[in-house]
Amino acid sequence: MSPPQPITEVEAGHSLWQDAWLRLRKNKMAVAGAIFVLVLALASLTAPFMPGLSYSNQNLALGATAPSAAHWFGTDDLGRDQLSRLLYGGRVSLSVGLAATLVSVLIGVLFGMISGYIGGRLDALAMRFVDILYALPFTIFVILLMVIYGRNIYLLFIAIGAVEWLDMARIVRGQVLALKKQEFVEAARALGLRKRRIILRHMIPNVLGIVIVFSTLIVPRVMLTEAFLSFLGFGVQAPQASWGTLIQDGARSWEEFPWLLFFPAGCFSLTLFSLNFLGDGLRDALDVRASKD
Amino acid sequence: MLRLITKRLFETIPVLFIVATLTFFMMKRAPGGPFDSEKQTTPEIRAQIEAQYGLDKPVWQQYLDYLGHLAQGDLGPSFKYAGWSVNELLWSAFPVSLELGLYALAFALTFGLIAGIIAALRKNTWGDYVPMSFATFGICLPTFVTGPLLLLVFASWLTWFNASGWEQPRDRVLPAITLGLYYTAYVARLTRGGMLEILSQDFIRTARAKGASEWRVVWRHSLRGGLLSVVSFIGPAISGLVTGSLVVESIYQIPGLGKFFVMAGFNRDYTMVMGTVLFYAVLIIVMNLLVDIVQVWLNPKLRFE
Repeated sequence: MSPPQPITEVEAGHSLWQDAWLRLRKNKMAVAGAIFVLVLALASLTAPFMPGLSYSNQNLALGATAPSAAHWFGTDDLGRDQLSRLLYGGRVSLSVGLAATLVSVLIGVLFGMISGYIGGRLDALAMRFVDILYALPFTIFVILLMVIYGRNIYLLFIAIGAVEWLDMARIVRGQVLALKKQEFVEAARALGLRKRRIILRHMIPNVLGIVIVFSTLIVPRVMLTEAFLSFLGFGVQAPQASWGTLIQDGARSWEEFPWLLFFPAGCFSLTLFSLNFLGDGLRDALDVRASKD
Repeated sequence: MLRLITKRLFETIPVLFIVATLTFFMMKRAPGGPFDSEKQTTPEIRAQIEAQYGLDKPVWQQYLDYLGHLAQGDLGPSFKYAGWSVNELLWSAFPVSLELGLYALAFALTFGLIAGIIAALRKNTWGDYVPMSFATFGICLPTFVTGPLLLLVFASWLTWFNASGWEQPRDRVLPAITLGLYYTAYVARLTRGGMLEILSQDFIRTARAKGASEWRVVWRHSLRGGLLSVVSFIGPAISGLVTGSLVVESIYQIPGLGKFFVMAGFNRDYTMVMGTVLFYAVLIIVMNLLVDIVQVWLNPKLRFE
């Protein structure tokens, strides 16, 4: 009988993030979504450096043609290559998605943090305010802003960001309420740290995980709003294109040139699917139990 | 119950005041006016037009005037359609939008509830997976994608429906489906979740043990509890239906409020835009109040809060 084998391999410990990564990797839909979004983002980013891709080059003699070897996704009525326009549109849509999400996260985190940390009367008032804002048709206010101050992509970032922060504020507030009662915050307070420092050094790092997860779920919502505005004609201006304006162009000529509708609509929908699956996957992976309400 | 209603009604006044103030001053800051496009107006004519609309008074005076009129429910004259007041324009277009919204909501509730209940009763079988996969699609696809696609398939290829217009009853079908699809999907999910929770409770097991039919279990014992989350979703849903109708009315060329609003935006018809925003705000606040009342009625626990 041979002596028992000495243990040569020690099972490595897993950090929270490693665990989350392993769990995320098992979620096939989330991984597929992440890959799709990454590929699309890369393609959009590198589009200006690719020879032969231009969103504004017209070829009136060519006109609208169905997908072919030269133009994989066909051309529009001005003879512009649809694939190029889709990629350039992706630049606009994705950057609006990221920038406006950033704005909304900043507002939401600050609002929720302050409301939750200070608590009491202010908190009650702030949350009532959020409740009331929930009931208002915000997209319509964004249209109002775009009508009055003119169509401008930076305004679009801010306007959309300014209306999508409500969920984030609620979630962060809930977290802060829970954190506030924990010992390490008590200790920090006992040491006489200022509120600002406690919030910046102790609270924010602890809600970061949740904030990241919910941000990935805000991105598709923001992109949806942008496309919605562009579709109605209140978003980005020609010759620039976003997916919303491309879908609008396609919707206007769907009878003759269905591919002009099909590709942007498909691309946009797939991106939304992917982002939603990725966000859900991240939430499950990090096991964030914050309720969605 | 009466206290709840009065409390909520008093809350709406400051909200409307803030909305009105914000929109008024945004409008004042706006570059370019509705009369810029008029042909070659002499300064005298221009001054006369402005005096007619009260634009020559100091801003605070205009603001007070506007609030005063607003308190009486008067939204002022349209800047673009001479001789029309915003009120008249709103009331001529609103019934169309209301009809569309009601159809969409009815569609969403009918199909959403049926799909959700079936999915809950057939949990983890095909009867669950198929409707729930459709629901995922419905939630991810926005109206401005589904609308044109439905048109492409049903109006262009199959020619079952007209592509636009609002005359015959069947002109209502595609717009209502487009607008209601997202809510159908959402209601189906909520119903499934709510019903699953109720169906796993002891009193349902008791009912089944006593030989209650499946129909009775669903209809008499679980539906009321299972629908709570659906009812609380109706409030946000109405807000969403309003916004969604902007797109749907544009796609199908429906002469409703949404189309008017978008047109007013392009025309810089500021009083019309503001009037519509205020109107939507009132509408949604009232609807939310109604939904809250229904919720309290459905869920006796809430009455003590």
